[in-house]
Amino acid sequence: MQPALNPDNNIDKQISLAVKQAAVERIPLRLRGGDTKAFYGRASEGQPLDLRGHNGVVSYEPLELVVTARAGTLLVDLESDLAEQGQMLGFEPPHFGDGATLGGAIACGFSGPRRPYAGSARDFVLGARIINGHGELLRFGGQVMKNVAGYDISRLTVGAMGTLGVIVEVSMKVLPVPAREATVRFSMPAAQAIGQMNEWAGQPIPISGTCYHDGTLHVRVSGSAKGVDAAIIKLGGELIDEGAAFWHGVKEQRHSFFADNQAQWRISVPQAAPPLPIEGEWLIEWGGGQRWLKTDAPTDVIRKQVEAAGGHATLFRGGDRSEEVFHPLTPGLSNLHRNLKNAFDPQRIFNPGRLYRDL
Amino acid sequence: MARTAEHALVGSDRDALGRALRQWLPDAAVLDQIEQLRPYECDGLSAYRRLPLVVVLPDTVEQVQAVMRYCASQRIPVVARGAGTGLSGGALPLENGVLLSLAKFNRILDVDLLNRTARVQPGVRNLAISEAVSAPGLYYAPDPSSQIACSIGGNVAENAGGLHCLKYGLTVHNILKLEVVTVEGDLVTIGADSLDAPGYDLLALMTGSEGMLGIIVEITVRLLPKPASAKLMMASFDDVEKAGNAVGNIIATGIIPGGLEMMDNLATRATEDFVHAGYDIDAAAILFCELDGTPEEVSDDIERVKNVLEQSGCTDMRIAKDEAERQLFWSGRKAAFPAAGRLSPDYYCIDGTIPRKQIGYVLTRIAEMGQEYGLRIANVFHAGDGNLHPLILYDGNQPGELERTEELGGKILELSVEVGGTITGEHGVGVEKINQMCVQFDKSELSQFHALKAAFDPNNLLNPGKAVPTLSRCAEFGAMHVHKGELKFPDLERF
Ligand SMILES: Cc1cc2nc3c(=O)[nH]c(=O)nc-3n(C[C@H](O)[C@H](O)[C@H](O)COP(=O)(O)OP(=O)(O)OC[C@H]3O[C@@H](n4cnc5c(N)ncnc54)[C@H](O)[C@@H]3O)c2cc1C
Repeated sequence: MQPALNPDNNIDKQISLAVKQAAVERIPLRLRGGDTKAFYGRASEGQPLDLRGHNGVVSYEPLELVVTARAGTLLVDLESDLAEQGQMLGFEPPHFGDGATLGGAIACGFSGPRRPYAGSARDFVLGARIINGHGELLRFGGQVMKNVAGYDISRLTVGAMGTLGVIVEVSMKVLPVPAREATVRFSMPAAQAIGQMNEWAGQPIPISGTCYHDGTLHVRVSGSAKGVDAAIIKLGGELIDEGAAFWHGVKEQRHSFFADNQAQWRISVPQAAPPLPIEGEWLIEWGGGQRWLKTDAPTDVIRKQVEAAGGHATLFRGGDRSEEVFHPLTPGLSNLHRNLKNAFDPQRIFNPGRLYRDL
Repeated sequence: MARTAEHALVGSDRDALGRALRQWLPDAAVLDQIEQLRPYECDGLSAYRRLPLVVVLPDTVEQVQAVMRYCASQRIPVVARGAGTGLSGGALPLENGVLLSLAKFNRILDVDLLNRTARVQPGVRNLAISEAVSAPGLYYAPDPSSQIACSIGGNVAENAGGLHCLKYGLTVHNILKLEVVTVEGDLVTIGADSLDAPGYDLLALMTGSEGMLGIIVEITVRLLPKPASAKLMMASFDDVEKAGNAVGNIIATGIIPGGLEMMDNLATRATEDFVHAGYDIDAAAILFCELDGTPEEVSDDIERVKNVLEQSGCTDMRIAKDEAERQLFWSGRKAAFPAAGRLSPDYYCIDGTIPRKQIGYVLTRIAEMGQEYGLRIANVFHAGDGNLHPLILYDGNQPGELERTEELGGKILELSVEVGGTITGEHGVGVEKINQMCVQFDKSELSQFHALKAAFDPNNLLNPGKAVPTLSRCAEFGAMHVHKGELKFPDLERF
């Protein structure tokens, strides 16, 4: 397929100029795409730099399993281009709104239900063009599956919340859409569900999603028709019809668990960690690796418990966003983070404080 | 490789440095006699050799920290070394520096079966991990051909790949956590036991950083369940281009094979002589396609791939009838390098990676270039991910042949960049491809790499002179190489 190249939607030169000017005048910038994830990260002030005008698929070669698109490309558009060729983004990025852009998804580093089984956003990134704090347009990585020339700066930008540079273009590996998917359901207590999900993950069963909430475990399997049939028999449980809608709801946080406006924590722990002793309502995904929590427990109690379980806690939505929302770093790591920020954005113009107060 | 001026020469006295380091290390862990240093003078790229000032073989993290603290305080450069199988000179010592071997860190510390992770020391051999977790049905996926020898620490430092990377990922996709000793001797934990960690993705950054950012002293790897079934198909083609196209045709079916490898005629003949696997030595190219998954899935996929291979014009096709034959078919592919070593006194392995659709064109060009230079080239490579490994056969005893070989290698790398690829897919830049970095990256990109390095290592003491060229080196190289008609470093002084 030939790329739908529209040079009018290439505004990297303008973005670079805007950054150069901001750097000279030391004006903080708030990098924005569709603002669908504005709730995420710490509160940060800055002159908006709108990246939606920089959009479009630059190249897409289904046989190479690689797509390159500008950061302002709408995720819905990108995903529909891929779907036409029977392919998809393997990390199933949540959109959190129609205006979601590729750049925002990569900067936040969000991944959906397939993450523990297929890989995360950063796992699929092959290369990126970024603009650093000097306004220089830089290209790292590439459009091939393997590339170890130079430090892996493209993957470093994933989840950096825009604090290291403006992501202007991303190349990603894509995957074929599985021939068939099916979802089965079980009733069991949380501790048993966590153990079960991990035992299955240690066996060659093509699981592609797991979610536990309120006594019910949902498991999705993907693959060839025969492979999925065999997996369903092996797993047991009750086959449900509305699987696709269920996983969409989990990914986009439209599941009833997310319906109220209570502050919401994202807890990342080793997958097999037993249920944590924090009062509240839990929804468990990723074979136990990602757990959502609504609670009245104080921040320091949550962080302490999660740390003891070998993980980290993020205040994902709501709450006090002037405090640190991401888990505090050890002094050694904190130091490296400051040095890195300085190496990319010495004037601290990109999303200052959005990731951590001092970045 | 000139030593950089900023490295003070306090350490230039071998005996004094040896004595100083024995304050922190047992006597036997410090090697400072010339004959003791010889085994460390090169890695797998033996064309480059150099003796270090001193070799240290610590066996505790505290000892590594003490060595780093001392060297940082004295501004003595340090080169880490795993098993020394690297093919780009990454572990080549510095004559004014310490070579820090991690060979004694050879223990598997912990296996967590339910979480499917293993905590290992950096000197553990890649294959030893899979062997240790084989009984409960798990394995560590990245399987470089050097897996019986190379260390997991070296794998992380190079982001090593293997025969099954198209489906199961590279090292970066299969590790969770590192313990790293910084240049100042501090111990930091990077990554986590959970699937992600807060802050910047330093785990990705450390992977493939060629010993330039820190010393890796512990690694937590992810383990995968062994596939229930794996079947290997081997197809012959009378034309390399047809074989190249078959690769894309397989991907087009929506199947991601567990392995997809190719060998050309010269490589096939060499390995057949070596392992007697029953390869078709008349084929212009043979394509290996491994399909794995549930037995039901594999039997479905085999039928589909069979059709694709036939439609792509294969002249012969075989499916390994059992596990023993599958291992036999693979054994030749895995032994391709040593087999090439029997064709010629020396060989030089190139690591350019290209978009798959360019495989046919690039192989044809490589053959033409080989003829121009009067050098034979065998091709054996990771076709599924476009990672070529042309092996240039040469004789180092013939005056000028190594130089011609290196020049040809450089040309092949530049061709890889020209068609949209990269100069190295898995072997790293090291000292070997440092000039070609100037072709792949421009001045501001290289400056960004240097700034990043300084964030970890402000005095440039970790493996200095490797992986990322200085701008003046590129200016020097650029004077000879004009890329696509434009000079890459127009504003830098020429020499
Ligand atoms: C026959 C043969 C086949 C090969 N096949 C493959 C293949 O299929 N795929 C592939 O990817 N590679 C392959 N290689 C290359 C090589 O085996 C890999 O690059 C391997 O990862 C190197 O591991 P090592 O332990 O030998 O590292 P070394 O060669 O000792 O070191 C490599 C680099 O890592 C750094 N380093 C080592 N240990 C540490 C540490 N603990 N902390 C920080 N830095 C460290 C060194 O400074 C150096 O820069 C092959 C090599 C040979 C000889």
